Amino acid sequence: MLVTSPAFKENASHALADAALQKALARARTHFQRRRADAVAGLPEFEDLRARAREIKDHTLAHLDFYLERYAENVERAGGFVHWCRTAEDARAAILEICERAGARTVTKGKSMLTEEIGLNEHLERHGITPVETDLGEYILQLRDEPPSHIIAPAYHLNLDDWEKSFREHHTGLPPERAFHERRDILTEARKVLRERFLAADVGITGANFLIAETGSSVIVTNEGNGDLTQTLPHVHIALASIEKVVPTLEDAFCLLRLLARSATGQDFSVYTTFSTGPRRPGDLDGPQEYHVVLLDNGRSAMLGGEFQPMLRCIRCAACMNHCPVYGAVGGHAYGWVYPGPMGAVLTPSLVGVDQAGHLPNASTFCGRCEAVCPMQIPLPQMMRHWREREFERHLTPATVRTGLGLWAYVARRPTLYRWATRAAAATLGWLGRKRGRFASLPFAGGWTGGRDLPAPEGETFFARYAKTQRQGKA
Amino acid sequence: MPPSRPRVALFVTCLVDLFRPTVGFAAIRLLEAAGCQVEVPRAQTCCGQPAYNSGDRESARELALGILESFAGYDYVVAPSGSCAGMLKVHLPTLFEQDPNLRPRAEALADRVYELVSFLTDVMELKTVPGRFQGTVTYHDSCSGLRELNIKAQPRALLAQIPGLTLQELAEPELCCGFGGTFCVKYPEISTRMVADKVKDIRETGASLVLAGDLGCLLNIAGRLKREASPVTARHVAEVLAGMDGQVPPIGESRGG
Repeated sequence: MLVTSPAFKENASHALADAALQKALARARTHFQRRRADAVAGLPEFEDLRARAREIKDHTLAHLDFYLERYAENVERAGGFVHWCRTAEDARAAILEICERAGARTVTKGKSMLTEEIGLNEHLERHGITPVETDLGEYILQLRDEPPSHIIAPAYHLNLDDWEKSFREHHTGLPPERAFHERRDILTEARKVLRERFLAADVGITGANFLIAETGSSVIVTNEGNGDLTQTLPHVHIALASIEKVVPTLEDAFCLLRLLARSATGQDFSVYTTFSTGPRRPGDLDGPQEYHVVLLDNGRSAMLGGEFQPMLRCIRCAACMNHCPVYGAVGGHAYGWVYPGPMGAVLTPSLVGVDQAGHLPNASTFCGRCEAVCPMQIPLPQMMRHWREREFERHLTPATVRTGLGLWAYVARRPTLYRWATRAAAATLGWLGRKRGRFASLPFAGGWTGGRDLPAPEGETFFARYAKTQRQGKA
Repeated sequence: MPPSRPRVALFVTCLVDLFRPTVGFAAIRLLEAAGCQVEVPRAQTCCGQPAYNSGDRESARELALGILESFAGYDYVVAPSGSCAGMLKVHLPTLFEQDPNLRPRAEALADRVYELVSFLTDVMELKTVPGRFQGTVTYHDSCSGLRELNIKAQPRALLAQIPGLTLQELAEPELCCGFGGTFCVKYPEISTRMVADKVKDIRETGASLVLAGDLGCLLNIAGRLKREASPVTARHVAEVLAGMDGQVPPIGESRGG
């Protein structure tokens, strides 16, 4: 996927001016926040679960090599294959090879951000294989040729009329009187088309929410059941998962599952939670003949042992972006790559480089709401700050900011000089603003005054006035 | 239990010093009303957040060294800002993580740092305030105060002591106002959008005055209220609690009236 993160500011500007997008964002934001708050309020042990979940992931990450090997052994024991892939290219090649060996012409896909990360659809299409997205949101985006704007609700940025427009454009022959009033109408229309695709598919590709070391199982959660049809109907099932998805035991996975749906959609549990362990066994009623796991690193192992390791605890619930005021203002596409919002602001620089994605960790007020709702207690603001530190060390911070900061720090380290400078500034601004009490514009303050007035200072600094009162008090 | 008459150092904050000295005097009045002996160390400037949050740890550390020096030896250090108090209490010690000599000093300072309103309620157990006010106000919780220092009930408890003051809560009290320090000038369009949302929420409460405990948020909110030509005014909560709102016009209002 093309990285447009360097153009974050321009992307954000377009997003803020897009009335339809703003409408969609406003609706979705309140919906997700209310649902999560209700779900958390209904589970008294939620905070204890968060602490437990964090321990599980920290422990696993500290022994990741052990659990990955254990997981792989158990996949193979169950009759599956594990493909270890270091890079996106390796993963694309591994998947293509499995598809070609199976003689695949079409593949169905469950929702997977990792397939976005590696640009899988484009790669398969280039090799004559048609990928079909079966998650409802991903399906409409495939018709519209758009990337997802949210990690669990890919069509977060669309309104109901966008859905109708796309269906009428692509599902030719729809009677004009056909109604698209609600979600059910959309679902019925997509289901009709997708049912044939499910049956025709040669390979099914899903992601994985968790990999369980002790059983060799992959777990997916969905609300539409599309993941189950994707992974059980075709001859071959490929689960694509990044290495940090592994957890030691089934019980650990359940702890995380109890947090996942509540944090994500406010459900106690997703409608479908499906465990896959190897291919179909003799006597099984359904299931694929072949079961493959493509295990991808793609930069994650480099995060181990460093200050960004806590990011690998992420279970992709999207609570951070659902509660982020910046995401809520500009939407996911503005972030310019696969992962938006606070988790993207930390992860994207790790995966594509901070020189490309430097805006993302900077475009935050550090309001801390992401960390407050993160089920895995990931210190997202702290890690965004770490990225700013890396930028500063590497002289990637813009020169004007650096010079300004340097000047300010020079003065702020010298209280006497600082007193003199602030007295002069307060007196000047106070005098200039004495009539109106504020400024509608000021030289060099366009960033502030573009959208708000600048209140004028009272005129005298605190320290000047305080010195006076002290002298009067003593006299 | 605090000492009977604790020595409290006021951390004025750079924004109060420059824009709104009355807040500093309101803080002194409240601290004295609570039985504290207040001193204002001369050598203070800024808590260092502009550097710290821009990734310039070295400048932040140099400023922090000055703070460790000037604010040693007091029973408490109190700031009329959740953001600056959060910097000193939560973040400053992280600048000395690798320094066995300075780390204990930084931690000792952090233990004694409080935000003004929560200090008055939680440590000094102040029950009555000098302020008098008639009318409906709303309250904006600053993000640092709310999420770094758990300040939510404290200002409400003290405001409830003022007869005639009615507090009308915001519909989305947890939402950031979009100030964010340098964020507001680095990403002005997004910041403007956020403060416009905040101001909409404020206006919908019907309150005539918005209060908050952080001058950064207040300059942002007042500036937007004025840009929208709203009659709603903005003040630091300490001004009202100390009964000093008569001494200075609301933030961004002309002295003429």
